[in-house]
Amino acid sequence: MLTLLKKIAEIGIVSEPLPAAADEPWLREPLQAEILAVLGRALCIRHVDAGSCNGCELEVHALNNPYYNIEGAGIKFVASPRHADLLLVTGPVSRHMEQALRRTYDATPEPKLVVAAGDCACSGGIFGESYASCGRVTNVIPVDVTVPGCPPTPTRLLRGILAAVKARN
Amino acid sequence: MSPQTQQEPAPIQGDFPARRLTVAADQWVHTAESLRPAGARLLALWASDERDHGADFTVHAAILKPSRLLVLELRVPEQQPVFPSLMPVFPAAARMERAVFDLLGLRAQGGDARPWLRHAAWPQDQFPLRRDFAAHRVFPNAQEAYPFVRVEGDGVHEIAVGPVHAGIIEPGHFRFSVVGEKLLRLEERLGYVHKGIEKRFEQLSLDAGQRLAARVSGDSAVAFSWAYCMALEGICGLAPPPRALYLRALLLERERLANHLGDLGALGNDAGFGFGLAQFSRLKENLLRLNEAAFGARYPMDFVVPGGVAADLAKDSKPPLLRQCAALEREVAGLRRIYDEHSGVQDRFAGCGRVAPELARSLGLMGLAGRASGQARDLRNDVAAPPYDRLSVKTAGRSEGDVAARVAVRFDEALESLRLCRKILDELPPGAVRAALPEQPPEGFGVGLVEGWRGPLLVALEAGPRGTIRRCHPHDCSWQNWPVLEHAVIGNIVPDFPLINKSFNLSYSGQDL
Ligand code: SF4
Repeated sequence: MLTLLKKIAEIGIVSEPLPAAADEPWLREPLQAEILAVLGRALCIRHVDAGSCNGCELEVHALNNPYYNIEGAGIKFVASPRHADLLLVTGPVSRHMEQALRRTYDATPEPKLVVAAGDCACSGGIFGESYASCGRVTNVIPVDVTVPGCPPTPTRLLRGILAAVKARN
Repeated sequence: MSPQTQQEPAPIQGDFPARRLTVAADQWVHTAESLRPAGARLLALWASDERDHGADFTVHAAILKPSRLLVLELRVPEQQPVFPSLMPVFPAAARMERAVFDLLGLRAQGGDARPWLRHAAWPQDQFPLRRDFAAHRVFPNAQEAYPFVRVEGDGVHEIAVGPVHAGIIEPGHFRFSVVGEKLLRLEERLGYVHKGIEKRFEQLSLDAGQRLAARVSGDSAVAFSWAYCMALEGICGLAPPPRALYLRALLLERERLANHLGDLGALGNDAGFGFGLAQFSRLKENLLRLNEAAFGARYPMDFVVPGGVAADLAKDSKPPLLRQCAALEREVAGLRRIYDEHSGVQDRFAGCGRVAPELARSLGLMGLAGRASGQARDLRNDVAAPPYDRLSVKTAGRSEGDVAARVAVRFDEALESLRLCRKILDELPPGAVRAALPEQPPEGFGVGLVEGWRGPLLVALEAGPRGTIRRCHPHDCSWQNWPVLEHAVIGNIVPDFPLINKSFNLSYSGQDL
């Protein structure tokens, strides 16, 4: 127990200010205000892997680490599309996931935002379109914002999420 | 089938001892069986369409005899597209053989006839990896019912989960049969992220294939791209410069570290210890940030290229890399003590999701999970392709086979990777980081073998004329380990499933292809 407390004290708080949606410098507070203004509460994200190589998921996970600490900014990942304001979709859409993605989209209440994250989600990436892949996300459901990168960095992901929130403002 | 006389095995050029041997159908199972007592394991099984070469179809089985690879090959005629199942010798063959039918239409006799990778994207009489199947052909997505195995009995009910899961993970379907809280049976259904990787390879040129290999399973990008390049370099008879091999190993060990750090945190979290997640994810982030400074990207997916690596270490990055090794060694050892002393965490880990060594051996459990169940095998030692022949890796080993043992193996291997990183940096040879591929790579067959963070993985590559890829099969050990997870959960309670699952952390993309 003592070692544990010592560790907590030694590391302290490492969270960093959030990056800008556009170019203006943002701070945690204005962002939180923006989310509140648009949604009236915290932003709930449902992540859907529609066929990714799992590289994108590694960076989506990183958003929860103490540096980005998105929960501290009022953004959290939820377990059901019914609780979600925004779908964060990764990967090209495999044909075997096409229906599951459509169903997830349909289950998300209005107004729903969709962020397509990663080169595959934006364009189909290296997998493209084939007998097994529908390619980019917008071939299957409407997309508000695309975030390129293979995988996109957490900072880029955050920018994309913020851009989607702002676009609806 | 005409009786064939036993041929001599032919060597496969490359970094480690490997041979291929064509056998007759009546020798297929027998040959595999004769290797089993010496501890041989099935590393991969796949098939190819050779009708344009007048050889009908070929089924290939890559068998690892502790330190040598043998690729057994069996010709299968088009008129009678069946072959004997290897399942009685290697249970892990079952799903691979089902995939061979889905993709090439060759049926393993005596096996499970249900589809595995094919759901609804193409009909059951179409076979995507046949050469006359057009990659872009799209079929109507007709849903087909999949016959799960039902457990009957008083009070038994089913819980169906997925393909979309509650967390940030890959899609797959799990069917649990439970009585109260207790798990009687788990049946997995995968294939949701099948995106036609093997067909896609055949549209790429040999010198671009490593980019796709890196994206077979993104968490093992370095391992897969290295295995691909190893296969291609074997075909070309090309040895990358020593500095390039050291840099590949440095990045492979950092990939191992990143995954172990991430999973150790997630395992703490799944056991109700959020502190672990916060600390380990902080360490992982530090590692990724230094990757960006030293290798140009947090996840340098395209760093390993045919002939070497894409770039040298960034200037002046050796001292910070060494400093990070020291800092991580201290922090990981400290966190290990905290995990060890935390009775709540230990209570969840110990005895949970146990795979006994005997079961692990018979099912062919591989990699880190295998090493936690008494299967002390590691390609970095067994095969020791350069530069591992000079690094003498200490193989981790436990025999309890529970979550606690898999956690212990991850701690041991993370610390060993840190030692290796330091050694690699200290001994980093000078010189070039890339050798040129021949302008016109020769046709031929090559194999790459790499011990990724999860376990052994293989890339089998057939180079066609004019720098084309004729066939490429990337194989992750998740193929072997997924079926063992079904056994590991039996008798545990439902809420422990996420913890057990995480302790294996298998790839969906890497096996769905
Ligand atoms: S964008 Fe890159 S990391 Fe993301 S799924 Fe596609 S290949 Fe993988």
